[in-house]
Amino acid sequence: MPKRGNRPINGEMLQGTLDLLVLRTLAIAPAHGHTIAHVIEHQSDAVLQVEHGSLYPALHRLEDRGWIASFWGTSENNRRARYYRLTPAGRRQLAEQTTRWNDIVRAINRVLKPA
Amino acid sequence: MSLSRFFRRARWDEERAREMESYLAIEADENVARGMSPDDARAAARRKLGNVTLVREEIYRMNTIGWADSLWQDLRFGVRLLRRTPGFALVAILSLALGVGANAAVFELLNALRLRTLPVSHPEQLAEIRIAGDGPLTGGFDSRHPNLTNPLWELIRDRQQGFSSVFAWSTQDFELSSIGSSRRAEGLWVAGDFFSTLAVHPLIGRLLAAADDQRGCAAPPAIISYGFWQREYGADRAALGRSLTLDGHRYEIVGVTPQEFFGVEVGHTFDVAVPLCAEPFSRPSGRSSLDRRDNWFLAAIGRLKPGWTVERASAQLNAISPATFRDTLPNYGPEDERAYLAFRLGAFPAGTGLSDLRGSYEAPLWLLLATTALVLLIACANLANPMLARATAREREVAVRLALGASRARIVRQMLAESVLIAAVGAAVGAAVAQSLSTTLVSALTTTDDRVFVDVSRDWRVFAFVALVACAACVVFGVVPALRATRTDPAATMKAGGRGSSDSRERFHLRRVLVVAQVALSLVLVIGALLFVQTFRNLMTVDAGFRVDHLLAVQLDVRRAGVPRDRLPALYRRILEETGRQPGIASAAQVRNVPIGGSFSNRDIVIDGVKRNEPTNFNAISERYFQTMGTSLLAGRDFDDRDDERAPRVAIVTESFARVYFGGQNPIGRMFQIDEAPGNPRPSYTIVGLAHDSKYSQLRETFKPLMFVPFAQDPQQPFANLRLVVRSTLPLASVTSEVAAVVREENPAIVVIFRTMEAQVHDSLVRERLMAALSGFFGGLAALIAAIGLYGVLSYTVARRRNEIGIRMALGASRAQVVAMVMREAAILLAIGLVVGAIAALGAGRAASALLFGLTPHDPSTLAASVVSLAVVAVAASYVPAWRASRLEPTEALREE
Repeated sequence: MPKRGNRPINGEMLQGTLDLLVLRTLAIAPAHGHTIAHVIEHQSDAVLQVEHGSLYPALHRLEDRGWIASFWGTSENNRRARYYRLTPAGRRQLAEQTTRWNDIVRAINRVLKPA
Repeated sequence: MSLSRFFRRARWDEERAREMESYLAIEADENVARGMSPDDARAAARRKLGNVTLVREEIYRMNTIGWADSLWQDLRFGVRLLRRTPGFALVAILSLALGVGANAAVFELLNALRLRTLPVSHPEQLAEIRIAGDGPLTGGFDSRHPNLTNPLWELIRDRQQGFSSVFAWSTQDFELSSIGSSRRAEGLWVAGDFFSTLAVHPLIGRLLAAADDQRGCAAPPAIISYGFWQREYGADRAALGRSLTLDGHRYEIVGVTPQEFFGVEVGHTFDVAVPLCAEPFSRPSGRSSLDRRDNWFLAAIGRLKPGWTVERASAQLNAISPATFRDTLPNYGPEDERAYLAFRLGAFPAGTGLSDLRGSYEAPLWLLLATTALVLLIACANLANPMLARATAREREVAVRLALGASRARIVRQMLAESVLIAAVGAAVGAAVAQSLSTTLVSALTTTDDRVFVDVSRDWRVFAFVALVACAACVVFGVVPALRATRTDPAATMKAGGRGSSDSRERFHLRRVLVVAQVALSLVLVIGALLFVQTFRNLMTVDAGFRVDHLLAVQLDVRRAGVPRDRLPALYRRILEETGRQPGIASAAQVRNVPIGGSFSNRDIVIDGVKRNEPTNFNAISERYFQTMGTSLLAGRDFDDRDDERAPRVAIVTESFARVYFGGQNPIGRMFQIDEAPGNPRPSYTIVGLAHDSKYSQLRETFKPLMFVPFAQDPQQPFANLRLVVRSTLPLASVTSEVAAVVREENPAIVVIFRTMEAQVHDSLVRERLMAALSGFFGGLAALIAAIGLYGVLSYTVARRRNEIGIRMALGASRAQVVAMVMREAAILLAIGLVVGAIAALGAGRAASALLFGLTPHDPSTLAASVVSLAVVAVAASYVPAWRASRLEPTEALREE
């Protein structure tokens, strides 16, 4: 359950942001869609609530661009699941997008809290 | 997005479905672990995942090219529609194939004849060198392009500056070696850098260069064409070095030209090419044209120097003209001399080659293209009609889809798919048949004397043309109905129930307009057809002044018989007399030029000391010529064997001669002189006979003054050829063997060529016959298609008005009244169409006037006959639906409602 005061952001979440989060999640270890969705949800203290289904078009898009690759594997509870891992191109992309994201956050913060 | 993903998008979709299924399984497992019942766990997992179908659709869309996918759907839908109505599909595709095929065939010919450049490198740099304006009128003319004399060419070659290289050539019909029989090879005499200027490289061996053409050459080499090499030598490389006998002289074959090279003359190809210095070998001794200043038989082409334009080269040629013509002045009379010195040379673009066919066939071909385009248009209108009907039938479906939010463009595209398919298949089939059609057309142009060769292979222009025609056809019969069908108000249509809604009346109006247009256009074509058919009939039945049946023209080539020139007249006389004695031969005569045979002569004449402006037609004949030709002598006497070279000179003239020069008075006993070059005496002739007028050079000409002199008194006796006309009472085939035997008896080395006069006349009317046959065919086709169109529209009206007709009949209308009602509608459409068509035909008639003979394009009886025949066909076509309407059973028709 979301905590009070921390209203979940969904639907309108920027597409690029979701891509960044997926890449970031996969940077730690290969994972399947279910894991990725839960990791993003937990690590953001449930602020970022992804409708889990909407993750799949994003995964498809990232794979299409060659930033992640997929393979079928077996999950922790012995289910067949499609796993994703980061490709070298994806790793570069993650670094690039992280820098850009930080730049944007800094810029926005400067506007919101002028020194 | 990669293309492989596009083609494997269905597999990808399945993959994603499995992946999300795996998510559900894992999430449900976790939910069960948290203590939910399996059903609840599954449901909660689904809620968490969201709308699976939406996700799959989103991914599918990412994998696809939207328009390509829906295009594919539309095409499949179109194929299904066509397969549901195979009859319509077949008729539509066939009529389009015929229309596109006919258009493409005519266009291929036009393209080859007019538009395409020569298959040599940089054809745009080639320019023809000739006299600007009308060109020479006096002297001897040989070959198909008698532009220059050899002395002129030699000076031009040395004095021109605008061309990096130049060449001249002439055509010659060579006699291939083999005793007694005649076998011809189309030859070229080439001078200068013929092959290097054109940048043609040998397939094997070498080609001729300027060095091969040295005056007085004794053993000149010969080049053969690819076709001749295939035909005569089976494409054997050993042909190089073999010798070839042309007109009795031996040449060594040194090279073969590439397959695509046909010379520089569009419409003809060549078999052999030899240097111009070999020309004397093919002429009787002492009659070479190489030094004759008034024998026009060469044409010249050059390749412009870099930086030179045709205009600049032309200006340079113009500048050297006065001196060049002064230095080559023939022995002319003062008037001809003035005209000769006023000639100016010019350069004219020759990238598309030279062609004598262009003059005679360009206008007919454009006219034919217009005809075939109209036929295609009429056929398309016929296809548009069922398309419109079908669109009406789908009105409700379209309304529902529009109401559900489909865009108009999407529906138009789907409705178009069917017509695009028909157009594409029709055009493909049409393009496939076009090639054989155009080859057939070309072979129809070929006559015994004139072997026409046109390279009708396709190039981008032909493909562009076919694509354009197919698109245009598709727009006419597909786009308009599709746009119409979607311009509907969904609410109104659905409210109106099963019946056509209010605006289908407007759509039906369009169908009537189509029928009116069809009738109008086909009237234009029918009128055209009748004009050309009558032209041909007029020419076939025109009074030529002689009877063509049972008449044989014989040509003897004595060049290789080895008979000295002074003994030729006696030889001729023996052959003539012996021929006349054969059984089955009514009479035979010698003649210089056989009428309608392609060659004719004229002379300037002087009457009462006054020289006439126009040269007068001239022929030399033996006695019994008029009897043999079936031309009546109106007064005076025929020549006889007393009229030899020592006797007083006598002449027979025609009625036109008497009318023009003697004001219609009896010319017998009057005198005239034949003009000769200054310094030579002018021979005087006394007129001893008056003959009926006859045609001389062609059937189209009006009767012109014509004079005949006895063979022995012809000042310029031809030496190498003897021409006879023979009238027989037997079939001509048996006569030819008799004549051949007579000649063989005399000298087996004489070559004999036979032609019936009928064939000769026939050959002279190739163009007219072709136009009559093709325009007749297309006119008939157009009338038929228009009749089918009218029938279709009336059938549709009757079907739509079943109810109304049923009520009328129930209220007492007689069957005759019903027939009259339907026929009245047909009559209105027909009348409007005929009026519009007649006006259009009067306007279009001018384009054809130059090709007609014996009638004007506005010939009232032709117009009337066309209107009546088209009306009869149309009325017959409309009577069927009218009759069917009158057979309606009122009770049945009403019950259906």
